[in-house]
Amino acid sequence: MFLEEIKKRTLDKIGDKFSKDLRKHEKEVRVVLRNCDLIDPDCIEEYIARDGYVALNKALNYSKQEVIDRIKESGLRGRGGGGFPTGVKWQFAYENDAKQKYIICNADEGDPGAFMDRSILEKDPHVVIEGMAIAAYAIGASHGYIYVRAEYPLAAKRIQNAINQARENGLLGKNIFDCDFHFDIDIRLGAGAFVCGEETALISSIEGERGMSRTKPPFPAAKGLWQEPTIINNVETLANVPLIIKNGPSWFKGYGTEKSPGTKVFALAGKVKHSGLIEVPMGITLGEIINEIGGGMAQKRRHFKAVLTGGPSGGCLTEKHLDASVDFDTLVELGSMMGSGGMIVLDDHDCMVDIAKFYLDFIVDESCGKCTPCREGTKQMYHLLEKITDGKGRLADICQLEKLAKLVKKASLCGLGQTAPNPVLSTLENFKDEYIKHVENKTCPAGRCKALISEFVITDACIGCGICAKKCPTHCITGLKKEIHIINQEECIKCGTCYEVCPKDAIMIKGGVQ
Amino acid sequence: MNEIITTKKMKELDECIERNKMKKGPLMPTLQDAQRIFGCVPKEVQEHIGKKLNESYAKIKGVVSFYTMFSTKPKGKHIVGVCTGTACYVKGAQKLVDKVCEVLKIPYGETTKDGLFTIAPTRCVGNCGEAPVVMIDEDQYGRVTIDQIEEILNKYK
Repeated sequence: MFLEEIKKRTLDKIGDKFSKDLRKHEKEVRVVLRNCDLIDPDCIEEYIARDGYVALNKALNYSKQEVIDRIKESGLRGRGGGGFPTGVKWQFAYENDAKQKYIICNADEGDPGAFMDRSILEKDPHVVIEGMAIAAYAIGASHGYIYVRAEYPLAAKRIQNAINQARENGLLGKNIFDCDFHFDIDIRLGAGAFVCGEETALISSIEGERGMSRTKPPFPAAKGLWQEPTIINNVETLANVPLIIKNGPSWFKGYGTEKSPGTKVFALAGKVKHSGLIEVPMGITLGEIINEIGGGMAQKRRHFKAVLTGGPSGGCLTEKHLDASVDFDTLVELGSMMGSGGMIVLDDHDCMVDIAKFYLDFIVDESCGKCTPCREGTKQMYHLLEKITDGKGRLADICQLEKLAKLVKKASLCGLGQTAPNPVLSTLENFKDEYIKHVENKTCPAGRCKALISEFVITDACIGCGICAKKCPTHCITGLKKEIHIINQEECIKCGTCYEVCPKDAIMIKGGVQ
Repeated sequence: MNEIITTKKMKELDECIERNKMKKGPLMPTLQDAQRIFGCVPKEVQEHIGKKLNESYAKIKGVVSFYTMFSTKPKGKHIVGVCTGTACYVKGAQKLVDKVCEVLKIPYGETTKDGLFTIAPTRCVGNCGEAPVVMIDEDQYGRVTIDQIEEILNKYK
């Protein structure tokens, strides 16, 4: 077989490059990321040398139903965030006897603070193509699209190159592996709209419309792109498919928990010591991720406050959740969600009200405007939060915020609006005292909300190291070496830099509206 | 407007349109081509595309105004973007935005008078491990501090 020939030839040429262990921590695994940073993404031979396209060949020897059954049996769930069983989705499209069907790879990774899909596309593009080809065979599609966000030009370039190479080797196109299977892929670029990560909005965008979501049902598996049955899978989901076909469902179930089998790639970032991309088996605890793999807080004197998962659709998890298992269902139970895999760690200098406001600002900007609850509701929620962080809030505003959040969640048309209030609801649940301090005491305990800081004061804990004086943008901090420094309040612009950099936490915030 | 739309560029656009017409859903790729060729998609270009693709100007304008990547006014020579993803935000991206505005003496989203810089509102660029990130055109700068902003911008003057 030509794959084996290429494999042998390539292995002879490159030596033991593939035997490197790239894990940074023993609790990490490399399943989906197995080729990342190991192979040359622009070289199909190296992918084939890692047993690439073997799974596609194997799948083409199964019947379509057998392929779907294997994915179903593996328990693979959508890695884009929702966690819908992939095999079940494929079954819907397979059973539809329409002549034309489509498979779309959703690479519109818009969640701020997440870069898993980007890494897979840039470092191992062929695994996505192989996964798509297997999916296409299973549901009976002859054409596929990869919808890449415009912010990822390198990913688009690499994937285009990979498509060309696959075509040259007969792995895309007509009669793949001499079977009666024809399949080809086109790339479509996004144009900077977060909502296009939502499947119906993504379809609108490919069709050349405004990226607005549509009412479901009909689901895309019944009526999707150009009204034909369409399956939309996320990059990471598709990257799992060849591995499941090649190694079998029970191998896959060897990782993770019963209901969330397999591994998950997370983008660990924020105030954690080792940030970056990690892959872990599902069911690992949050504490293991943050304190062991992440190495704890970036600055030792800071305390862990919360971790944000699921981006603008998720919520925050706190210290009491550190022993919780990271899987689809547990995270939802705890008021957050898996999301696509962004994990942002916050410390005691981060204000939860401010974070909720940050996410809502994002949503207000990105709401497509089709349905009123999302378009108007999120805007009103943002105004309430602004009122609170500006020191003009009342207790009644918090109640109003909660009421509105629940309403938007219930009444919005698509996933974007239905999950948009989650950061607010989750911070309210876990940090209500912080909200109350903002409205009742007019203070921001984390020192983020400028309007609630009347002044910064240096306390006796000051050791006179001079770091704050050096960093102060208005040079309003003075003092002799090893003596307590003083802030000239008239010149202070309350930027909070000194508060941030003081190694002894000797700077205190005095609350009150300016 | 006249220096933006030249016959040469229009010809290039027409070639792209012909190519895109072969595909299903040609509008988005065509608008992306137009944005690349002209640096923006002004009204005249939108009307031209409408005629060629047999779509109304209203429809084209609706699509152009929906996506942030399409602009109707030309952008500066260099695009400055401070990533405002969550990881960058918690690491002080807002202060960097303020500093960039202060140094360039323009509000967020605007272009300098000399046409050299545009501050483009920027979503997560997916480099969260290096937060906070500043992008100038295709170049990424990681772990940027306020004091570095002026120095970084000077490289492009």
